[in-house]
Amino acid sequence: MKIEGRALCLGPDIDTDVIIAGRYLRTRDRSEWARHAFEDLDPSLAPRLEGTVIVAGKNFGCGSSREQAAIALREAGVRGVIAPSFARIFFRNAINIGLPVIECECTCSDNEAVSADPMAGTVTIGRHTYHTRPLSPRMLEILSAGGLVAYWRGRR
Amino acid sequence: MSTLSERILGAPAGDYVDRQVDRAYVHDGTGVLTLEAWRAMEAGAPASPGRCYVLFDHIVPANNSVTAGLQHDLRVFARQQGFHFTDVGEGICHQLMGEGIALPGEIVVGADSHTCTLGAFGAFATGVGATDMAAIWAEGGTWFRVPETIAIRMRGALSGPAEAKDLALTYAARLSMDGATYRSLEFVGEGVTSLSIDSRMTLSNLAVETGAKAGLFYADASTCRYLGAYGHLVRPQEPEECCYERELHFDLGEIVPVVAVPPRVDCVKPVAEMEGMPLDQVFVGTCTNGRFEDLSRFAARIRGEKVKIRTIIAPASRSVLARATETGILATLVRAGCTILPPGCGPCLGAHQGVLGEGEVCLSTANRNFKNRMGVGGEIYLVSVATAAASARAGFLAAPEDMP
Repeated sequence: MKIEGRALCLGPDIDTDVIIAGRYLRTRDRSEWARHAFEDLDPSLAPRLEGTVIVAGKNFGCGSSREQAAIALREAGVRGVIAPSFARIFFRNAINIGLPVIECECTCSDNEAVSADPMAGTVTIGRHTYHTRPLSPRMLEILSAGGLVAYWRGRR
Repeated sequence: MSTLSERILGAPAGDYVDRQVDRAYVHDGTGVLTLEAWRAMEAGAPASPGRCYVLFDHIVPANNSVTAGLQHDLRVFARQQGFHFTDVGEGICHQLMGEGIALPGEIVVGADSHTCTLGAFGAFATGVGATDMAAIWAEGGTWFRVPETIAIRMRGALSGPAEAKDLALTYAARLSMDGATYRSLEFVGEGVTSLSIDSRMTLSNLAVETGAKAGLFYADASTCRYLGAYGHLVRPQEPEECCYERELHFDLGEIVPVVAVPPRVDCVKPVAEMEGMPLDQVFVGTCTNGRFEDLSRFAARIRGEKVKIRTIIAPASRSVLARATETGILATLVRAGCTILPPGCGPCLGAHQGVLGEGEVCLSTANRNFKNRMGVGGEIYLVSVATAAASARAGFLAAPEDMP
């Protein structure tokens, strides 16, 4: 499994209210969440998310358990999120909906080429390669299946 | 020798375990997405419907026909499956689960980050996402990584106008917003005995604001008495010598009223340093501070005066509202000019009821002050109930006085 894209650099403690605001949650239209992703951080971000790998500061996805946050990023075309640490509910949610997340402390500038392999635990940004702890075997299985729903159906 | 999390999960910190859960609950917000994942799984029948709860609290009653339609679908499903179901007006999920349902030693999962509130009863209670919850409906359990534990060790007793919320914000500031990520908190030390169950729920509630997955108290005589009133015969949980990753010490007598400055829960200052700040709204309620102790404290501090700014109060549950009615506290609040909302989460998440406008400032007893959470362009300062009451009376941010 390999994720590739251009870097979108964000700061620390990005909360799920900022990823998708509470006022947009009550719908079944997932593209609605993608359209409003990060709106309260920077309204110009949502249309530019396609093909990016988010490289964020510590504690990404803190706050509310809303799974719509992870879904919004995936639906917007984000290929994965790399951060030194994640809020644990967001981390599980991301894996469960098939959005790769990797714990890694690294530096980057916007639009640098990023490639990462959650299975090997490697992240390459520009000319730097970082080695990090791979996901647990169960999480890798869930992610490889495309998420928990597919993993669960496949196991039956 | 084990921490309480290790004892309940039955394995040492760092281990991955599969466990059946004792209680699994969703609310109208997360339940809709859980139901979508559940349907996609085509799992057949839930493994343990008697352990599943659907509790409507986030947008109650529904604010528009889209929300109403989503709620209707979930309501019908919950009833068909034989889940425990509480409809609009019954109260906040964490409060209802804390009214004699969650018990010491249980594993409780909720599709809401503030599920950690139920750690107040000596349960391992933690938040999960919607898809995890759908799998829990299907299998009756899930996987956990047994967390390392940070101890919050307390001595003495709160004094003057300080209350559990001030201690909660103070420990959040000491730990920071990610100081306990992937870990549990345990509230220990002789200071615990002085804290009411309502206060313990406030302290457990804020655990997730430090990144913690749970925030546990050992069940003691107070816990047993509280649960005894609901007909449960439970025993105290005896702490063992155990290995905490880290300990934070608090002398409760030194805690002072504080305010968390937006947009961070861990940016905490003494109220005394910010007195006089103009306000547009005061909000008392939520899973943090909407309990009977909170409403009665607010009423006692209003002392027959009128509030000088719009003040919104949402009781955490129907039984809190009933008790406030029976004791005359509700009448005090209404006569003081407060607006009473139905039991529920109210404006905390900015979905309805008391949404802020651009440039407005709200003093809130809730647990989050993130950017735009209660409305675009609005700011949220988090405080205790006593500070909310003093400020509602004054018409600006005011430090609470010692009660005679």
